[in-house]
Amino acid sequence: MELYRKSACELASMLRAKEVSAKEITQSVLARIEQTEPSVDAFLSVNAENALQQAEKVDAKIAAGETIGALAGIPVAVKDNICTKGTATTCASKMLENFVPPYDATVVEKLAAADAVIPGKVNMDEFAMGGSCENSAFKATKNPWDLARVPGGSSGGSAACVAACEVPLSLGSDTGGSVRCPAGLCGIVGLKPTYGAVSRFGLVAFASSLDQIGPFARTVDDTALLFSVISGQDAGRDATSKPYTFSGLEKMESLNGLRVGIPKEYYGEGVAADVKEAVLKAVEQLRGLGAQVVEVSLPSTPYALSAYYIISSAEASSNLSRYDGVKYGYSGKRDGTLNDLYLSTRTEGFGMEVKRRIMLGTYVLSSGYYDAYYKRAKMLQRLIGEEFDKAFAQCDVLVTPTTPTTAFRLGEKTNDPLAMYASDICTTTANIAGLPGVSVPCGFDSQGLPIGMQLLGPKWSESKLLGVAKCYETAVGGFAVKEM
Amino acid sequence: MSALNEKYEVIVGLEIHAELSTKTKIFCGCKNAFGAEVNTLCCPVCMGMPGTLPVLNRQVVDYAVTMGHALGCSINRVSKNDRKNYYYPDLPKAYQISQFDVPLCENGSLDILVNGEVKRIGITRIHIEEDAGKLIHDDSFAGSLVDFNRCGVPLIEIVSEPDMRSAEEAKAYMEAITNILLYLGISDAKMQEGSVRADVNVSVRPKGSAEFGTRTEMKNVNSFGAVYRAIQYEANRQMEELEKGGVIEQETRRWDDAKGVNFVLRTKEDAQDYRYFPEPDLLTFVLSEEHVQKLKESVPELPVAKTLRYVKEFGLNQADAELLASSKQRSAFFDACVAFNRCDKKALSNWMIGDVARILNERRIEIDETYLTPEKLTAMVELIENKTISNTAAKTVLEEMFARDCRPKDVVEEKGLAQVSDTGALAAIVKDVLASQTKAVEDYKNGKTNVLGFLVGQCMKASKGQGNPAILREMMEQEIAKL
Repeated sequence: MELYRKSACELASMLRAKEVSAKEITQSVLARIEQTEPSVDAFLSVNAENALQQAEKVDAKIAAGETIGALAGIPVAVKDNICTKGTATTCASKMLENFVPPYDATVVEKLAAADAVIPGKVNMDEFAMGGSCENSAFKATKNPWDLARVPGGSSGGSAACVAACEVPLSLGSDTGGSVRCPAGLCGIVGLKPTYGAVSRFGLVAFASSLDQIGPFARTVDDTALLFSVISGQDAGRDATSKPYTFSGLEKMESLNGLRVGIPKEYYGEGVAADVKEAVLKAVEQLRGLGAQVVEVSLPSTPYALSAYYIISSAEASSNLSRYDGVKYGYSGKRDGTLNDLYLSTRTEGFGMEVKRRIMLGTYVLSSGYYDAYYKRAKMLQRLIGEEFDKAFAQCDVLVTPTTPTTAFRLGEKTNDPLAMYASDICTTTANIAGLPGVSVPCGFDSQGLPIGMQLLGPKWSESKLLGVAKCYETAVGGFAVKEM
Repeated sequence: MSALNEKYEVIVGLEIHAELSTKTKIFCGCKNAFGAEVNTLCCPVCMGMPGTLPVLNRQVVDYAVTMGHALGCSINRVSKNDRKNYYYPDLPKAYQISQFDVPLCENGSLDILVNGEVKRIGITRIHIEEDAGKLIHDDSFAGSLVDFNRCGVPLIEIVSEPDMRSAEEAKAYMEAITNILLYLGISDAKMQEGSVRADVNVSVRPKGSAEFGTRTEMKNVNSFGAVYRAIQYEANRQMEELEKGGVIEQETRRWDDAKGVNFVLRTKEDAQDYRYFPEPDLLTFVLSEEHVQKLKESVPELPVAKTLRYVKEFGLNQADAELLASSKQRSAFFDACVAFNRCDKKALSNWMIGDVARILNERRIEIDETYLTPEKLTAMVELIENKTISNTAAKTVLEEMFARDCRPKDVVEEKGLAQVSDTGALAAIVKDVLASQTKAVEDYKNGKTNVLGFLVGQCMKASKGQGNPAILREMMEQEIAKL
């Protein structure tokens, strides 16, 4: 098997057994990227030279008998809204096309401390707003399972590069499903951690109270490996990060004693029949592994999407105000008034979807509308959290579809923002309540497109969620990998 | 003008912004200092670069709560930060992190002294927020430049009730607030550096009217004098406008202190919608009961209370007491002298506001930067009281104690300043003065007995300040009667 096809855990043990060098791994990955990128378009920038240098450093460490980090020599692609010192961090926006941050995100520092190799930065919907990766100002990433279809979004590049075996691991960010949805549509594993488990320092903010960085991988063990490296408190730089140590996934021989909740609201109208069927079949497999299945209710679910779009747009409208053409990034008309500069910079620098959200967010925070929209959305947020608490009194994990449908065609929903927003219907609740959620592959539809199953748990239950996911993965004999 | 003042009442409320003297800025580790080279005290966080996050400096919260206690506020132990959104090139995030509906401190008051009367001014709230940067307009450059050093410097905004009724009261209030900031050691309160500035709200109403008139606001007025002049001008403008039958518009005006006029900056219609909402990058913060209590106990006795106590306990007159209490260092020095309880408090006070203050002011230093200690000053006053030295000699001793580290007793010995009360030793001096001052002696004989003081003074001079003035006076009277 080619090196690029191997999992991070396999590569790590091969490296430690000196069966392979870090440089060989990186070379294999770089060659694969060169081979598949023309069809997948996942990367916005590839830095081969830098990656090879990082790999050589790891090999030197091994040669010198030094201890190496948990991700030594393992290539990890990074979503382009996560700051990398000295290399462009564009957020797939014309606004930040030439922005080179003078600092690393905490997660990037953690990757470096674990001796990981970063081959490049990957595509996304502009400023993480979108569900198809088509809102990138630079290119549309394709779904490796069907190149005429979207990989999902906003972390479409992160999901596609892992699904296409360009890299074993990647980082994305999830504000309303942006890790889980593309993981589901690309047939890989994607984890959205508990809010506060991973530092947001260096993640270019979309909606601060909802954003969370999460790992992508083709196996559950790899997902856990990457999560163990990036998680942990960063009290000095991120006030919303919490003291937390991920102690690895919970090892389970069976699921005896596990209570699996099926929230009926997640299986209603809008969920495609074959998606529902595949997820319920997976639930039966969990039952077969010893789990007890209970039906639960989360009655506010139908309102979650509205609350999500109000809260996330409100925060975005404020977070994105800093792009004014004065300090960095795109700068418009500089020979007129200050207002001309603001107007031209923001009109020309932002794409349509970003502008739509800024206007929506500005509106809901405006005097006279705040109580009717933002305040009510925040009330709903509390209610949704309380309903999850009640549900988790009855069960340990919840199982839902990750997305209501499988991957749609490129261009299919670009002119229908509401239809696009509806793809987040199963995932936004976890962000609103700050809960962890993981998407794992659970089969294919009639067209051979991957279907994702979402496991949700109470805050800080990542060990259990990944443990259940691993148990399922073993039972189904591992997840299919797309041959390209 | 005085006729208008008879007819109208002036209503003033102040929003005072004070920069706190914390070591670092409010949301990052940058040094909080004034006067550094432009753009050298800033980092990606205070420059609002993408992906950066604020972390609240706890010292800022402590300072604000301490000020809240000093102004008798109730403290909201559960508080939060909010974003105030607006665009300006000196505000790199395009929002200011401030506090909106849950300020740290609320519902306090401050007693100020105006013309010897105590007046109570209500304090609506005190909240914490970050300062913005500074625009620099340089002729050598076509546009404007931005200095981000001030971005993220911690501020407290102290909002008063509209309880002041004159420019004089507003000035006294602002002085009192500034004094408290200095007393608490939480702000440098340097007006000339812009570390304290006020938004001034002014309205007028016919005397006896129960309702307030429409108010105008003047932003960033940055000295006591400017506050006074701005209010005088604006109150007059409003009264004259009303006299003409006009109406006052709710608007923001800019005070030009150099020209002594103000002009409209923006009208009510242009009022900005700041779209306040809770700052999602900072969580709600909770202060423990014990911590809040500990901060309360750290508040020292404040100037007005000190003034009133000096009057009551030591019989000082109010002007002297106020002068003494207005300086944190000098009043602390005085309190330490008093604590020895070895000499007259009034005599101590006279030295403090007299020669000691004169020397400090002349040399532009503070008392804690000198060799003088409470113990030394007390010992010096004691030497006067037990007649070891005269007041004149004491001045020499005081100068010497400022010049080097020495005890008053030693100075007296070294310089031979001990007072001479021995009539034998003084007789020759009295005789010489009587012989040389024939004109004065003549005047005395002609009934101008007040020249006696002059003659005694001449004797003091001749004795180089060492003669006991009471004894000399007695001897002089006797000798002159013999002539």
